[in-house]
Amino acid sequence: MAGSGTAHLRSNDEVVLAVRDMVVEFKVSGGRVVNAVSNISFDVCRGETLAIVGESGCGKTTLGKAILQLPPPNSGDVIFEGTNLTKLPKEQLRSARTAMQMVFQDPISSLDPRMTVKELIDEPLSTWDRGTDDERLTMIHELLNNVGLDPAIVLNRRSYEFSGGQCQRISIARSLALEPRMLICDEPVSALDVSIQAQILNLLQDMKDRYGLTMVFISHDLAVVKAVSNRIMVMYLGKICEVGSPDAIYAKPAHHYTSALINSVPIPDPTRKRTTVPLQGEPPSPVAPPSGCRFRTRCPAATEKCAAEEPQLREVSLGQFVACHHPRG
Amino acid sequence: MSSVLSIQGLNVSFKTPRGVLHAVRDVMVEVKAGQCLGIVGESGSGKTVCSRAAMGLLHGSTVQRTGKVFFDGVEISALAPKDVRSYFGTGMAMIFQDPMTALNPVRKIGSQIGESLRLRKGYTKEQARKRAEELLALVKIPDPSAVLEKYPYQLSGGMRQRVMIAIAISCEPKVLFADEPTTALDVTVQAQVLALLAELRQTLGMAVVLVTHDLGVVAGSTDDVMVMYAGEVVEYAPTTKLFANMKMPYTEALLKSIPRVDAPSGRRLPVIEGRLPNPLDRPAGCGFSSRCSYVQDRCRTESPALLGADAGHLYRCFYPLGAPGTGQS
Repeated sequence: MAGSGTAHLRSNDEVVLAVRDMVVEFKVSGGRVVNAVSNISFDVCRGETLAIVGESGCGKTTLGKAILQLPPPNSGDVIFEGTNLTKLPKEQLRSARTAMQMVFQDPISSLDPRMTVKELIDEPLSTWDRGTDDERLTMIHELLNNVGLDPAIVLNRRSYEFSGGQCQRISIARSLALEPRMLICDEPVSALDVSIQAQILNLLQDMKDRYGLTMVFISHDLAVVKAVSNRIMVMYLGKICEVGSPDAIYAKPAHHYTSALINSVPIPDPTRKRTTVPLQGEPPSPVAPPSGCRFRTRCPAATEKCAAEEPQLREVSLGQFVACHHPRG
Repeated sequence: MSSVLSIQGLNVSFKTPRGVLHAVRDVMVEVKAGQCLGIVGESGSGKTVCSRAAMGLLHGSTVQRTGKVFFDGVEISALAPKDVRSYFGTGMAMIFQDPMTALNPVRKIGSQIGESLRLRKGYTKEQARKRAEELLALVKIPDPSAVLEKYPYQLSGGMRQRVMIAIAISCEPKVLFADEPTTALDVTVQAQVLALLAELRQTLGMAVVLVTHDLGVVAGSTDDVMVMYAGEVVEYAPTTKLFANMKMPYTEALLKSIPRVDAPSGRRLPVIEGRLPNPLDRPAGCGFSSRCSYVQDRCRTESPALLGADAGHLYRCFYPLGAPGTGQS
């Protein structure tokens, strides 16, 4: 069966999250099906930050949510610390999920405007009966201090009184309240100014060290990803294009799509003006993805083989895997 | 070459229940025909207010505006709002950050593009439709005749921004204001839209005022850059000169905080600590003094004026980078 390959999978004790053959499809009108995530397998080791990169509509957010079973994938397994989440009964899944939390893209709309900061951060703690009222208040103070907010000032305010960057700090404090072991960040800095972006990225890095987190970092921006990740997975139309370490991928992208993504990032240096646009057009509809390699309709190196046969992931250099019939040399 | 747009001593303030908010102070701008000026700054720096005030879009009892705006030699700031309107479309046009909310969701693309053509150029419905199709082709939308019949929700973000550009250039304006035109877009689509704007600038000979928070975007596509901070111009220079020889510590800090694809991976990003001064109650001295790493006593008590270093390079700093006596890195 055609898949995206399994050559990049690791089998050691350090694997915290293993996703196998995940398929997520959405039914739309006319009996058609949106192929959001098509047969994807990957793993994340303890303490690692895996970045999932791709354009809008490539399935990266759906994938992130499907890890948390929001909603569960149509088929495939999600194994977190040895437990297959797709097979768990509802109550057990709820309690398993306390170990995995999510930070969303829009920090303002992801916080309830009617709740104070204290209530927002207390909600996960009281839902799971963590400690007495006093103990919880101490925990809330500690969490706010950790994310760089002064509890005395912010505790009784509501989200609309804060800037985007501050709201994202509150969201992060809330997601850390239950001391998760894994954090899934979905475009956590895309809605923020450049100067605030750097603050939040550094904060996530600090929290990762302090709480010993394993992270999945979803983003469309390869420059942001380079600053935070240990391993990068590039996605296109529900499939994996390339997996590898940031240093390998940025120095020598093997997939033509990865290369185009890297070349699209504006470089703040006018002496390096770009003359050509790296990628024309937009991704085709996931309702009817192209046969074979899904990137072939926009790829400069596409041949007949790409239409006929789906490329499988294979190792091109140590720890760098690419799904392409004609990788860049 | 004469200036097509010239702004002198622009001040904009808003009356709010909590006092008078000075959004823009003493801004001067010169844009020559066919040139591209980038206005850069964080959220709240006054860059959007500046471009809207230039177009005369801010009026009402709570807005106080002083200063002069000349368009093509005419002082449009002295005209009544309804007379300024006659310059919209043919003289000045604007594209906005969010193409979804800027387009009318219940009208077809064709009629939205045709509107200004019929209004400004007296085209018939048929002529407007034909021209709208040509404009869609000009902004590189595939299958323009089909897109004329579509509604905004049926198009992707990138396509919608192209439609916005088609509307803006329909009456061949001399100045196009682009307010964060690519912030809501993917990096690949951003590269396409920036290339399109550059190409249209060449073919139509129009000037562009590009408002953005991203110095990377500015580096690749502008002739001049104006950096704004807390409502003031803090540095203003030709783009190559600015990047080669930054004078203002804020500009340098902004540049350093950008994640770059050509930087080493896993690097901690330098951040600009603190936040913008409160626009309702501005402390004395330089607006950036509380966040500046080269701050000296004088900066906290006296406000620096906008000075010129050499031909056309202005900055607002007592201790500019590269001058003796500054603790620069």
